[in-house]
Amino acid sequence: MAISQMVGASIKRREDPELVTGTGSFVDDLPQTGLAYMSIVRSPEPHARIVSIETSRAREADGVVAIFTGKDIRADFQAPMPVTPTFVPDKKAPDQYPIATDKVRYVGEPVAIVLATSKAAAEDAAERVEVRYQPLPPVTDIEKAIETGASLIHEDLGTNLSYDTKFAAGDIEAAFREADIRFKQRLVQQRLIPIAIEGRGVVADYKKFANTLTVWSSTQIPHFVKVFLAVLLGIPESQVRVVAPDVGGGFGSKIRVYPEEFLTALASKRLGRPVKWIEDRNENMRATHHGRSQLWDVEVAAKKDGTLLGVRVTQWLDLGAYCSQFGTFMVIGLLVAQGAYRMKAFDGRGIGVFTNRTPTDAYRGAGRPEATFLIERVMDLLARETGLDPVEVRRKNFIRKEEQPFTALLGLTYDSGDYELTLGKALEMVGYGQLRKEQAEKRKQGTYLGIGLATYIEICGLGPAAATQAASGVSLWGMSVVRLHFTGKATVIIGSSPHGQGHETTMAQVAADVLGLPIQDIDVQHGDTAIGPMGMDTYGSRSMALDGTAVHLSAVKVREKAKKIAAHLLEAAEEDVVYEGGRAFVKGSPSKAITIQEIAVAAFQTNRIPKGMEGGLEATTFFDPTNFVWPFGAHICVVEVDKDTGAVRIVRYVAVDDCGIRINPMVVDGQLHGGIAQGIGQALLEEGIYGEDGQLKSGTLLDYLVPTAADLPSFELEATITPSPVNPIGVKGIGEAGTIASSAAVVNAIVDALEPFGVKDIDMPASPEKVWHLMHKNGGKQR
Amino acid sequence: MRRKVSMTINGTQYEHEVEPRLLLVYHIRENAGLTGTHIGCDTSNCGACTVEIDGHSVKSCTVFAVQAEGAQITTIEGLAKGNELHPIQQAFWDEHGLQCGYCTPGMIMAAKQLLERNPNPSEREIRLGIEGNLCRCTGYHNIVKAIQTASKVMATGAGKEAKAPATVS
Ligand code: FES
Ligand code: FES
Repeated sequence: MAISQMVGASIKRREDPELVTGTGSFVDDLPQTGLAYMSIVRSPEPHARIVSIETSRAREADGVVAIFTGKDIRADFQAPMPVTPTFVPDKKAPDQYPIATDKVRYVGEPVAIVLATSKAAAEDAAERVEVRYQPLPPVTDIEKAIETGASLIHEDLGTNLSYDTKFAAGDIEAAFREADIRFKQRLVQQRLIPIAIEGRGVVADYKKFANTLTVWSSTQIPHFVKVFLAVLLGIPESQVRVVAPDVGGGFGSKIRVYPEEFLTALASKRLGRPVKWIEDRNENMRATHHGRSQLWDVEVAAKKDGTLLGVRVTQWLDLGAYCSQFGTFMVIGLLVAQGAYRMKAFDGRGIGVFTNRTPTDAYRGAGRPEATFLIERVMDLLARETGLDPVEVRRKNFIRKEEQPFTALLGLTYDSGDYELTLGKALEMVGYGQLRKEQAEKRKQGTYLGIGLATYIEICGLGPAAATQAASGVSLWGMSVVRLHFTGKATVIIGSSPHGQGHETTMAQVAADVLGLPIQDIDVQHGDTAIGPMGMDTYGSRSMALDGTAVHLSAVKVREKAKKIAAHLLEAAEEDVVYEGGRAFVKGSPSKAITIQEIAVAAFQTNRIPKGMEGGLEATTFFDPTNFVWPFGAHICVVEVDKDTGAVRIVRYVAVDDCGIRINPMVVDGQLHGGIAQGIGQALLEEGIYGEDGQLKSGTLLDYLVPTAADLPSFELEATITPSPVNPIGVKGIGEAGTIASSAAVVNAIVDALEPFGVKDIDMPASPEKVWHLMHKNGGKQR
Repeated sequence: MRRKVSMTINGTQYEHEVEPRLLLVYHIRENAGLTGTHIGCDTSNCGACTVEIDGHSVKSCTVFAVQAEGAQITTIEGLAKGNELHPIQQAFWDEHGLQCGYCTPGMIMAAKQLLERNPNPSEREIRLGIEGNLCRCTGYHNIVKAIQTASKVMATGAGKEAKAPATVS
């Protein structure tokens, strides 16, 4: 790449002035007249038949415009909601419609919608809708869900089992035969509730005579929403426009096409006026999908010297009441559970079951934090079994730099990586040797310090198109349009749809370097299906590796065309023209340069460009990479555990991450901070708890503990840079890395702190209560 | 049933007939049209709705509009002077103290009160001071830094320090 000015610079985000002054445009902020407000009557029952819905009293309430039950509108939907085959094409996936008709299957499932002239009127009327249910026994336990006699959630399937699938390679029996050390462990991935601070919200505006639908939605995936609105509502795709305005966080929770998008659009279509629905937090915690909710049973074969031989694992996945759009993506955890280590055999089994709980789908990391948690807990357990230092066990088993690109057992090929490098740096930062001494000293004084490591790899940047289509049925690539205007200003359109990641800034950085334009002359647009050909949106840490690369490539195409026009204007051969810093000149005569602004003008005066050339200065790219990208890193968490209270305090958190070339290090670090905090939240605080009655017990922010500033330390971050060879800008992804590493690092630290008490494992969240009990189970005595 | 309520928001007098049950946050957003004050929960946990009422930072979802009769209210829209950002807003921008920006208005209003009460807070004091405001994006790291930076700038009245990231506007 040419001399770079913008890429690599911590440029302040252009998104921010609006947001810090309260003039951003989130869905609920958009001006709109003539609105009807939608309130949704949701099931309070986890599993029940709908006996009757009485709406007459509600219809009399002030301000009511219309009320529709599931039966009233079911026929309007021309297909069920989308489910991708992701990794498990032969799974059982029952049809889910946006609204229930005969039966409800989780608390929060929509059963009727109320439209009124104000939000308050809609809510008041919704309370007057009387629904009679005939309760059925709820299924709330992953393993019991598939026992014989379990209550059937989808009777027509005849089972609560969606799939039972295998991902295996190598001779696992031989690995266990060869082993001196064998051990088993169950690892619990509790249910998490994503809690973007902005809930979801939708405004839909259907115009009857034009047959057009415009939808504003707080979503990560406006392009997917557009396609499926068209399909389900039977409106030509060309007549549907979806806009994701400012979106207040997603973390995977806005990656699905949701019932409410269809319901709001349908209501607008029925009423012939715009309709608004804004999710409140109470709804959000039940109606927006949850994450994790898995059990991992692992068996390990290893040698006394710490060499890992094989891993056998069963991943139990709680899909919730339906198979969500990407509900089976989480089995990717099995595909990458090998982590940064060599082993001879891997035997993975994934069992997906239905329960009467909110459906699960992607939550930051989606399958990869689970995989890292598995292999990193295994490394620490192996260290405990062998008496070796956890650092040594990792070093012994690391895939070496020289082995990259490394093809793992299940056939995926890591693009690049140097795991020793990030670990070495992290150990140095934390002062590992000294810290171990301090730990020993403190233990003598009754203070329990714990040091936890996680050396992770991550698969992200979803494409390549063929691989993602084979795995998930969705062909994923990056898209950009780079357009020079008459005055030499540029518009960049991307197919990704940010919700806090700062693409308006970072994508402009990428384009600025190629075009040699001042960054403030480049505008970046996104999140509107009307502005570009198509997009694959934002999730899976994919935006920079795919859409960012597409921006680079479109900018290169524009630059090449600009050179051709310049050669024509300069009456020189194209090979003799140099393009640098937004100026084109004949080699050796930089003083006679013409600027990109002058070239842009010429591009629109078609008499001035070479014969046969199209006017305009614009390029579109669909970028399909040859591989995924594979960030990696080493995180070290230091905790202190209070024996009297069981409280865990994070004393230090050190991380060295390698996401290849960093476009904007400030933004990269910000992604890591937030990601690490979410993993810490899982490790220490968060849990979506359902009772046996199928009710969500931690269904408010009073009960579901999102980390506060007081729960967290400042983070100490460093980076190494191993460029990815699979895209020309050398980038990997960083949106999820923090979360992928941190829950494992924190739990390893806690277990390390509790080592004197003979503790080998603790379930997340490691609440003070759990920690206290583990420390006091032998009357508080150390081993 | 409606009651008349009048209050001053960011120096402008607003008078409306409202239902007694209307929460102040809805009044600010819908009647005064100031949508910078956000709503993130229904249990007074998230702080996205934080505003200043008669000099105290308050979660505006915990107050009925009618209770604010005669009050002087400042919202996020009232902080910048013309094109000049308030030092806390500037510091949030400089230090990358926001990502999606949804928590940000409330966070900045909470930070303002914190710095008024304690102009030179320690890191711990900052963390405790904004404990009532949730951010899911930033892990608070850069929010803490932003408040530290704002504290320095406000103490000296000086411009920003050199170490902050390059400004390209
Ligand atoms: S909306 Fe007021 S505290 Fe959450
Ligand atoms: S910046 Fe997104 S919640 Fe704080």
